[in-house]
Amino acid sequence: MSKEKKYTLSEDEELIFGIQNGDAKIMESLYRIHFPVIMRLIVNNGGDVDDAKDIFQEAVIILYDKIKEGSFELNSKLKTYLYSVSRNLWLKRLTKKGIYTNIEDFEDRLPVEEDIESHKERDRQFMLMEDALMRLGEPCQTIIKDFYLRNLSMHDICEKFGYTNTDNAKNQKYKCLQRLKKLFFG
Amino acid sequence: MKSERDFLDQAEAYIKGELNEQEASLFKDYLASDRHAREDFIAHQQFIENIKRYGERVALKEELNNIHANLDVEEVLAYAMPKKPLIMRLWDKYKINSLVAASVALLAVFSTLWLTGFYSKDDTSRYIALRRDMNNIRQNVKAQNALIKDINKNKAGITTPSHYGATGFALSSNGYIMTTYHVIKDADSVYLQNNAGISYKGKVIYTDPTYDIAVLSIVDENFKDFGNLPYTFKQNAADIGEDVYTIGFPREEAVYGRGYLSSNTGYSGDTVAYQVSIPVNPGNSGGPVLDNRGNIIGVINSKQTETDGAAFAIKSNYVLKALADIPEDSLDKKIVINKKNTLANLSRTEQIKRVQDYIYMVKVY
Repeated sequence: MSKEKKYTLSEDEELIFGIQNGDAKIMESLYRIHFPVIMRLIVNNGGDVDDAKDIFQEAVIILYDKIKEGSFELNSKLKTYLYSVSRNLWLKRLTKKGIYTNIEDFEDRLPVEEDIESHKERDRQFMLMEDALMRLGEPCQTIIKDFYLRNLSMHDICEKFGYTNTDNAKNQKYKCLQRLKKLFFG
Repeated sequence: MKSERDFLDQAEAYIKGELNEQEASLFKDYLASDRHAREDFIAHQQFIENIKRYGERVALKEELNNIHANLDVEEVLAYAMPKKPLIMRLWDKYKINSLVAASVALLAVFSTLWLTGFYSKDDTSRYIALRRDMNNIRQNVKAQNALIKDINKNKAGITTPSHYGATGFALSSNGYIMTTYHVIKDADSVYLQNNAGISYKGKVIYTDPTYDIAVLSIVDENFKDFGNLPYTFKQNAADIGEDVYTIGFPREEAVYGRGYLSSNTGYSGDTVAYQVSIPVNPGNSGGPVLDNRGNIIGVINSKQTETDGAAFAIKSNYVLKALADIPEDSLDKKIVINKKNTLANLSRTEQIKRVQDYIYMVKVY
């Protein structure tokens, strides 16, 4: 267990740098360093461990997106940022449940409304895409994922799916993409 | 130029940087020349981005879930939420309940007190003990003393003013006087002055603060004997409505006061005393309350200030009880309570004439 109290700004910078560069181990250290604070926040305010997990992961996603977008500036401690986002998310979730309450703060806070708003939009896009892919069905879904996400070449795909030539595969991929677009925008 | 499929293939290759220099610049030129194609290209690029972002998010979620699954949640919980001692946890849990309960209890107590009129009683202002405070006439006395000094410059024996005045009455023929405890409470010395104006030195023999009773003894060489007392103590409880009277010293002269017994209990339901309806004033304290037949039924000790004619007298049977409690050894002479009443058939004025010789002004210094 890392010492939550001992971390410094340079540690924050390390984390951000790690996320920017896709360091494989970085998420784990982020998790270990910052999860306890959020856990305390949620459990102290009417949530359980699963709530804490959901809220923390959502906050991490927001942070991740922001860093990847290049718009994250480290003006305060990373802990403060994550705390503020989590607090905001948790209050929103409580409100949704019909619980109107306030959270007593033991940490500093930042205004994060904007970040959460843009996160909402990205979330919507994500859901749309997920839904579109689901409805796309097989083998299209796998072809699209293989090509765009797993970065397989058309040649690999051709072999994997047993098309007679690459052109056929390309044609199939093209059709799948058109259908996906239709589902996504329709 | 080409089919849409070819266009998109080329666009993707262009984005990925898979085109050679010539092809890339050709494609670029094509985009620059055709606004329609440019829009298509941008739309497609964004869509690809969208897919990629989706992929990234899925991967990230998976990663986070994996990390979480490998996490010892109990340990984090223990670390994040240090366990408080049992009593603290119970307090945290039932804090609200106990606070509510406490406030309800407080509210109930005070509203009950308020409803039952506890706060409307002003106890201190309604009850006064009836000793006469001489301080307010001290100025006069001082002025008089100054005069006397001037007139009889060489004569000694200038009296200091007394602090309190009250009444006492003879208990037995051998010089015991009864008065109330609050009168002689802080006494340095006590003097007893009879109706004829003769003053004797007295000594406190016995006090009983619970019944507010004090017994004095005359310790003066000049004093001989009272002779037979005309009155007796009534052994039984007196009846409400009985005609009673008292003689006391609210001023320098004996003052007669007449009334009736109005209640069997004293102030705030005090069973030790009667309530009598006799006009009394500070100085009456210690005066005997006699009935028609000349039996002492009580001893005046206090009155209620806000009620007219509500004076209180200690019941005679408690007086007798207190007298019986006096240890025999502490007495030089035995207190012999008079058993024979010689007043019974006399008129009120005759009774007073007889009685007043046995009533003393108690001066406390």
